[in-house]
Amino acid sequence: MSEKHINLTLYVWRQKNAQDEGGFVTYEAKHVSTEMSFLEMLDVVNEGLIRKGEEPIAMDHDCREGICGQCGVVINGRPHGPRERTTTCQLHMRSFEDGDTITIEPFRATAFPVIKDLIVDRGAFDRIIAAGGFISAPTGSAPDGNAIPVKKTCADLAMDAAACIGCGACVAACPNASAMLFVSAKISQLALLPQGQPERYSRVKDMVAQMDDEEFGTCTNHGECEAACPKAVSLENIARMNRDFIWSSLTYRPESGGSGGA
Amino acid sequence: MELKANAPDGPLEKKWEKHKFDMKLVNPANKRKYKVIVVGSGLAGGAAAASMAELGYQVECFCYQDSPRRAHSIAAQGGINGAKNYHNDGDSVLRLFYDTIKGGDFRAREANVYRLAEVSNNIIDQCVAQGVPFAREYGGLLDNRSFGGALVSRTFYARGQTGQQLLLGAYQALERQIGLGTIKMHTRSEMLEVIIIDGVAKGIVVRDMVTGQVQSYMGDAVVLATGGYGNVMYLATYAKGCNASAIWRAYKKGAAFANPCYTQIHPTCIPVTGDHQSKLTLMSESLRNDGRIWVPKKKEDCKKPVDQIPEEDRDYYLERKYPTYGNLAPRDVSSRAAKQVCDEGRGVGETGLGVYLDFEAATKRLGAHKIEEKYGNLFEMYDRITGEDPYKVPMRIYPATHYTMGGLWVDYNLMSTVPGLFVLGEANFSDHGANRLGASALMQGLADGYFVAPYTVGNYLAGLKPGSCPTADHPEAKAAEAEVSGRVSRLLGINGKETPTYFHRELGKILWEYCGMARNDAGLKKALQLLPELRQRFWEDVKVPGSGADLNQSLELAGRVADFLELGELMCRDALERRESCGGHFREEWQSPEGEAVRDDENFCHVAAWEYTGDNSAPNRHTEELKFENVHLATRSYK
Repeated sequence: MSEKHINLTLYVWRQKNAQDEGGFVTYEAKHVSTEMSFLEMLDVVNEGLIRKGEEPIAMDHDCREGICGQCGVVINGRPHGPRERTTTCQLHMRSFEDGDTITIEPFRATAFPVIKDLIVDRGAFDRIIAAGGFISAPTGSAPDGNAIPVKKTCADLAMDAAACIGCGACVAACPNASAMLFVSAKISQLALLPQGQPERYSRVKDMVAQMDDEEFGTCTNHGECEAACPKAVSLENIARMNRDFIWSSLTYRPESGGSGGA
Repeated sequence: MELKANAPDGPLEKKWEKHKFDMKLVNPANKRKYKVIVVGSGLAGGAAAASMAELGYQVECFCYQDSPRRAHSIAAQGGINGAKNYHNDGDSVLRLFYDTIKGGDFRAREANVYRLAEVSNNIIDQCVAQGVPFAREYGGLLDNRSFGGALVSRTFYARGQTGQQLLLGAYQALERQIGLGTIKMHTRSEMLEVIIIDGVAKGIVVRDMVTGQVQSYMGDAVVLATGGYGNVMYLATYAKGCNASAIWRAYKKGAAFANPCYTQIHPTCIPVTGDHQSKLTLMSESLRNDGRIWVPKKKEDCKKPVDQIPEEDRDYYLERKYPTYGNLAPRDVSSRAAKQVCDEGRGVGETGLGVYLDFEAATKRLGAHKIEEKYGNLFEMYDRITGEDPYKVPMRIYPATHYTMGGLWVDYNLMSTVPGLFVLGEANFSDHGANRLGASALMQGLADGYFVAPYTVGNYLAGLKPGSCPTADHPEAKAAEAEVSGRVSRLLGINGKETPTYFHRELGKILWEYCGMARNDAGLKKALQLLPELRQRFWEDVKVPGSGADLNQSLELAGRVADFLELGELMCRDALERRESCGGHFREEWQSPEGEAVRDDENFCHVAAWEYTGDNSAPNRHTEELKFENVHLATRSYK
């Protein structure tokens, strides 16, 4: 692709810490190569700020290849920006025109408090996984890998759901700040596999309870999450989670504590 | 300093089994009285933390990211090797062992590599049980693909996201233990010092990256699983945050650093576009299963559109030079071949630093649909980054730093030269010799984490009195904290003119030029003159705005760059002293007339482990002789 250079005006959310009120600050980004990634454009702005002795814009990022899920900002109102199925780090400046104004904000949700500038705390996602987003298979206890055949279509659907990178764009995009796309992706992945069956219904119950405790909203079928998801995780997963949740609620029985042996 | 490998006696295939029997066990009721510190939450650290917590130990785990799920193991694309022989194509533990030893150019320890091959099958089983959605065939059984350096199909994969899925498996096991209260997880926490009491590792000093608080955490054993140091080159396929500070602190506290010059330059990465470039992105080696690598035969064709270069004017140089392995030649060999054709002026793309990876033939043979099914996400990633559609025009690729085979020296138990300090995964040096084969990094990380460290750390703990761990008010802990705080204030106080990134980029340029794909005596000596100068400039002229009592990304980076500057020197020193070519270490003085690496087994069949002696004195080079009792030291040929 041929390289061009463009000039941009950035409105960037700056917030010193969780207690600070925060607000937008304007920066000019001059002579930006269209071959740059969005984060590289911000790197250059930050280099300029450091040289002036100002604090650079704090932002989360790590792998810069669209898989770790650590990056993510709202660009002109859209989590991860204008390009479909693309994380912030994979967005390149060829998606913008000379003279554009770009508004850059953190992901916003009650459950994702701002730590600094564009960085938010997504620890709630980890706590939801800790509540049940796993198969209990302690190291060393596994049978041979081919002992449990998995239908190819199930494995493929499980993989589609497992592609979630836990970035939180679904929450930021949702008018209710619901985490149901994230939660349902993990529930679906494990419910679609034979290995996930023993804990299937306790898992959905426990994860949903934690999700509610974290003050995420509920789903009212806007579909904004799916549109914002950089990995195209499907709304179908939410339907699957709801079915399992209802079944789990209808059939719930407290576990009977088995009696000890000799 | 004595380098005792502690590999058990007896026949190769019985060593691990015998060792497992000989190791001491901890009484189950006492396990909760021991605390294990695990730094890093990738495949090695995450797996080790989860497995040891399952056994009953108290575990505290630390990572610099906002969640343990972000560790850079997540970015591995292609797959993980396992010697299952599910395809009946002649694979076995012995063959995986042999391929790995040979792939490493006979510079790894036999006993460790055999154990790796042996537990590879357990890893696959473990991951399947966790719900890792590996690719399946229509009959429901596990599918495999081929990878470089092997003639059997032994690589298990989950689309182009194998690392992600394996890491999430380990992460979920880790989170399960966090939920059960057996692991205390510390995110956004950077280890900046190791605490040594009476010569034994007893804890770490950590800076909370949100509040800036510097605090000691004590443990009966410390496990470092902090990954490789490839970001020393600035441009690399590593995550931006990957750094060497944890292992560098350990080195400066007495842990020997082995083979720092063994770096892997991966042949298939997206080429650099300009000075703004902040990292390089890998295109999985699995693409070489179906993609053909070529450049034009004639220099004048290099700028022409591909469809104007007829078949007879294309040089499929890997197929020409290495007919047996062809496009699946190992990484070091393929990278050097790409460099050679570009040095001849036959590279493609704007910069001339690129070669084609072409799917035209495979698309004709298999159909576009099959190609999309196998590599769809990789093609999409390429399109996003370059703005070019690889279904229509061939990909352009070029080698980039991808992995470091060197790392802290460890014995068979994965313990460093500091008692109580264990090193796992890419952070250690142990299994890949001078070159790592594809799909072996995931295997090693998980082998160390799930199946080796839980035994060997347990054996170490069994020799300690339960509950004897010192507390954080120990004078050594306080002294280590003071060192960390002192370094933070020093960086903040320089107030020079250049940014930490500027120095990092300069460092990368020097290392890529003189300690990259090809090295020579004069170049390495030049680098050893330039690097101390750059280091001095850094400490006089770096600018770190903000405070230490706050989230400060410039400060984090400056600290990492300071350590990289020192490590870069050690790499060059090691490369200079290793007067032979082997694997990823190619010394121009030691090559065959055809340009292949020439080893010197007589003088260099050893591990070089460096001992720190002070900031202003040269480190000591120690050696561990490598004895090959089960394989014949052969010239590595992929022709």
